[in-house]
Amino acid sequence: MKFSINGVAGSGEPQPGQCLRTFLRDQEHFEVKKGCDAGDCGACSVLVDGALVRSCLYPAVRADGAEITTVSGLGTPEDLHPMQQAFVDHFGFQCGFCTAGMIVAASTLDSTDDLPRRMKGNLCRCTGYRSVRQAIEAGVRGDPPRPAPGCGVGDSPNPPAARRVVTGTEPYTFDLAVPGSLHLRVLAAPHAHARIRSIDTSAAEAVPGVVLVLTHENTPQERYSTGRHEHREDDPDDTRMLDDVVRHVGQRVAAVVAESVAAAEAGCRALVVDYEVLPAVVDPEEARRPGAPLLHPDRTPADRVDEAGRNVVLAVHGGHGGDVDAALAASAHTVSGTWRTSRVSHAQLETHGAIGWLEDDGRLVLRASTQVPFLTRLELARLFGLPEDRVRVHTARVGGGFGGKQEIFAEDLVGWAVLRTGRPVSYELSRTDEFQRTSVRHPMRVGVTLGSTADGVLTAMKVDVLSDTGAYGNHSRGVLFHAIAESVSVYRCPVKHVDAEVVYTNTVPSGAFRGYGLGQVILGVESAMDELAIELGLDPFELRRRNVVRDGDPLLVAQHAEPEPDLVWGSYGLDQCLDLAEEALARGNGVEPPPGWRVGEGMALALITTVPPFGHVAHAAIHLEPDGTYRVDVGTVEFGNGSQTVFTQIVASTLNTTVDRIVLRVADTDAVAYDTGAFASAGTAVAGKALHGAALDLRAQILSRADGVLERDGVRTAAGLVPFAEIGPLTGTGAEFGEQRSLSSNVHAVRVAVRPETGEVRILQSVHAADAGTVMNPEQCRGQVEGGVAQGIGSALYEEVLIGEHGEVLNPVFRTYRVPQMADIPDTEVYFATTSDTLGPYGAKSMSESPYNPVAPAIGNAIRRALGARPYEQPFSRDRVWRLTQPRIMEP
Amino acid sequence: MDLNTVTGYRRARTRADLALGPGERILGGGTWLYSEPQLDTTGLVDLTTMGWAPLTRTDEGLSIAATCTIAELLAHPDRPPLAVECANALLASSTIWTVATVGGNVCRAFAAAGMVALCAALDGVALVWAPSGGGRHDYRIPVAELATGNGTTSLAPGEVLRALEIPARVLAARTAFRKIALAELGRSGAVLTGRVDPGGEAVFVITAATASPTVLRYPALPGAAALRADVDAAVGYYTDPLGSADWRRQVSGVLLEEIRQELA
Repeated sequence: MKFSINGVAGSGEPQPGQCLRTFLRDQEHFEVKKGCDAGDCGACSVLVDGALVRSCLYPAVRADGAEITTVSGLGTPEDLHPMQQAFVDHFGFQCGFCTAGMIVAASTLDSTDDLPRRMKGNLCRCTGYRSVRQAIEAGVRGDPPRPAPGCGVGDSPNPPAARRVVTGTEPYTFDLAVPGSLHLRVLAAPHAHARIRSIDTSAAEAVPGVVLVLTHENTPQERYSTGRHEHREDDPDDTRMLDDVVRHVGQRVAAVVAESVAAAEAGCRALVVDYEVLPAVVDPEEARRPGAPLLHPDRTPADRVDEAGRNVVLAVHGGHGGDVDAALAASAHTVSGTWRTSRVSHAQLETHGAIGWLEDDGRLVLRASTQVPFLTRLELARLFGLPEDRVRVHTARVGGGFGGKQEIFAEDLVGWAVLRTGRPVSYELSRTDEFQRTSVRHPMRVGVTLGSTADGVLTAMKVDVLSDTGAYGNHSRGVLFHAIAESVSVYRCPVKHVDAEVVYTNTVPSGAFRGYGLGQVILGVESAMDELAIELGLDPFELRRRNVVRDGDPLLVAQHAEPEPDLVWGSYGLDQCLDLAEEALARGNGVEPPPGWRVGEGMALALITTVPPFGHVAHAAIHLEPDGTYRVDVGTVEFGNGSQTVFTQIVASTLNTTVDRIVLRVADTDAVAYDTGAFASAGTAVAGKALHGAALDLRAQILSRADGVLERDGVRTAAGLVPFAEIGPLTGTGAEFGEQRSLSSNVHAVRVAVRPETGEVRILQSVHAADAGTVMNPEQCRGQVEGGVAQGIGSALYEEVLIGEHGEVLNPVFRTYRVPQMADIPDTEVYFATTSDTLGPYGAKSMSESPYNPVAPAIGNAIRRALGARPYEQPFSRDRVWRLTQPRIMEP
Repeated sequence: MDLNTVTGYRRARTRADLALGPGERILGGGTWLYSEPQLDTTGLVDLTTMGWAPLTRTDEGLSIAATCTIAELLAHPDRPPLAVECANALLASSTIWTVATVGGNVCRAFAAAGMVALCAALDGVALVWAPSGGGRHDYRIPVAELATGNGTTSLAPGEVLRALEIPARVLAARTAFRKIALAELGRSGAVLTGRVDPGGEAVFVITAATASPTVLRYPALPGAAALRADVDAAVGYYTDPLGSADWRRQVSGVLLEEIRQELA
């Protein structure tokens, strides 16, 4: 058939059942993205003869004779469409994976009336939509481009990739043609718990196009963890690439590698697996009871599974300051409650996946959607028995992470298949794979009891946590440790006690998720604090002020009587955050509740360390070229966190140059010696600090060659300008090891309206105060806060991965799992404390995860005050909120 | 998504083309069919090439072709009342409406199907083509009866929905509409419609909250208590990720009462 794409005539024959999305990508129009492949996210939107369509739902054969326009046909990086320009100017993206479809859809608008409804089919997981909405409004109006922003620290330059992202020309993981590539697909387990007696692969191997079938019999047997950390001993070794035991519905059973996706899928269907079905446990409370089915009975503490005999990966029991029950009994006031959080999907719009191939010298190369290329290389080299230097892992721009890509979910199979076949292999997960087989936020049951004096001074704090890690322990230990850390240490309290355990169940594994466990326990602690404020008749801000740690106070978790030695108050802004949020809420915003709805206000705070414990390493190098170009090598990954922008700002400020002179190479094990990775909000605080060190080193070297003032084109000396050609080439290096950690703080406050008869909750005002130290890029940092708040609102009100009685995910698609739409997220007023940190580069601190943490308790507290009844189970969905008004009705 | 088991694609031009071979199925807009794996499907027969006029005004009322897209329905000057509201009740956005068909939405027959809500609200009737041969005849059936459950219909294999007919008598009726979901614009947890005909007869319909449409008819506008009692007594409220049965019943009662007052 004939067609045209962006004005260029083409011809080709699609497969009979092919959708237009993959057909366009077959023509190397990689700007057409896959977010869900089911019409729910909008990332693949294109115009067909001027009509907006979802190319993933559009039969390719219908494009016969059609004129197709993609985002790349609207404008180019050099000549942007007004809507593309507006998305650049208003920071209308973070990871940018939704942006191509978002802009195509927005380009068809002639009005912004009722914009949330018109844009309801385009999901953005990063921004929280405020910047998207402003971009669309500016684009529809045809605003002129904003004047060129400054490019130094404290300015708001655009991300270096901005003009490519908005035109669809910035490549992501799979936006690359790899000639001769094979495709890998996976057979999913139908049982929550079963032993595989045998797998008959003969029919699969006979499917035309099938090249290789992988099972537990021809893959490495070593155990490892999909979760990756600086220290591999942080996670239990409980996972095999392919195992002869399946422990959750959807687990990989076998992989088929074939010449086409269709053949790989057909091969999977042709596998004959004989299962011995085993008893399963899906409830975390039951999992640790005597007699429960055991998931990993043979693991030992040496594997970092503390009590495999009762499904407990890690147990933390302890306290300090005396007998907590006695202290509670002696307290003037006590409050108590038990809260529950849901499984939440990261819902990064780019699914996990990897492409691998062999270089001419036989080195294995993986291009993966990962936050941790170096850690992935380390573990794969170990697994495959290869020297580290025989494996290279790198990323293109990554389409969202949120912790979910601090894992190995594709790279192991792809790497092994490449080594076995010698050919390029590609494995791209589907959206349903994401729900069934990657990871979710750890669901937790959190009991909190607080005691206080009559004046509202805490006397005792008792926290009981049960975390459900699902079938595998990736991140189970780190998340539990973090969950009971800053949530507890933020308050001065003489007696603290914690009982915390994380257990295996036969369900989809939990993993790292924005906030890393803190948010779950903060829900309990901050809700209990609110209940205490109500009990005492005290203002909730005032109650916090009476009890929070102050500048210089030791940070004491329950189980240790001494603070961790690497924690320092590099700056303190929690007091300012409390004041800023309280003042903003008191000011109000004039938004009225609908008639008949009840109104309540709520707030919550959150503290977080700026760097993870036990070290986080980054190396950076800057090479000065004779023409004044600075080539910058950093190991960490850009996935919407904005770290690349901050890196250019650090280089521009330190070396007094401009962004056009800065060339970044990032996220590649070839780029630098080592980098722990882009997690724990470490982009600025660790990698940025390493880069700052490299810049200072280079600056000193330059000025040692020419004594004067460093300028964009050379060094200004008494004798005139010495050009870089006479100075360079030179290389500056820097490294950071994360040996000390400071603290960031966040306070969220809301005013909500609740309709008791239906359970509808409307956020009338949303306020967030953040202490990020020096704000490196105000527009970007605001976007990080807004995005974190939006994800917090999603978790608070809408999102829940539901598990059926047999352990299966009941809602593994976006049409039944509710990622917030534009209509669901109000604008948030964002305020920054004025602090400067002694540890971070230029006084900056981390600010990516933490805005998420206080949102759900703030909303829950507001609902409590509106209804007089407290929601204990997250999400506070409309049916649950309505049920709060019906005390005798039990949940079905 | 790619339907990789599909090896054949026929464009239907005549009624004879609609006879399905083994593994073949009818393709409307495709916006549902291409949204999930269809492993039992090996061939598609495209209905949209039949050339049917999207919407026809007759003395009897409106005839909406099964292949009429949601966008065509909304853009048509003769569009029936509640069309905009019911389209907005779809989880599908306007990006989908350019391709998704009214008939496809009815045949898929999810409880939350906005076009089922529209047809049921307006006493819409489905014209069904029987497969040629075999002695079966074309027939008409109320859409509220054609949709038998959440995703099931009374259609027999080989039958093809030809059109949806809206009787002229309802086109002048007064109508009101409410929709609620667990999120503001989310997949409907309950869609409620009310209609008062020129003769005073009142029809209230619950969709999305009950697995199949619940049609409540009254000779005149009922009182609040009578309506609420009928809502509470309705069968088929169900629990799924989009809402629980008890909440669906509750919000149906609350919002139908709003409709009743609006129509009073």
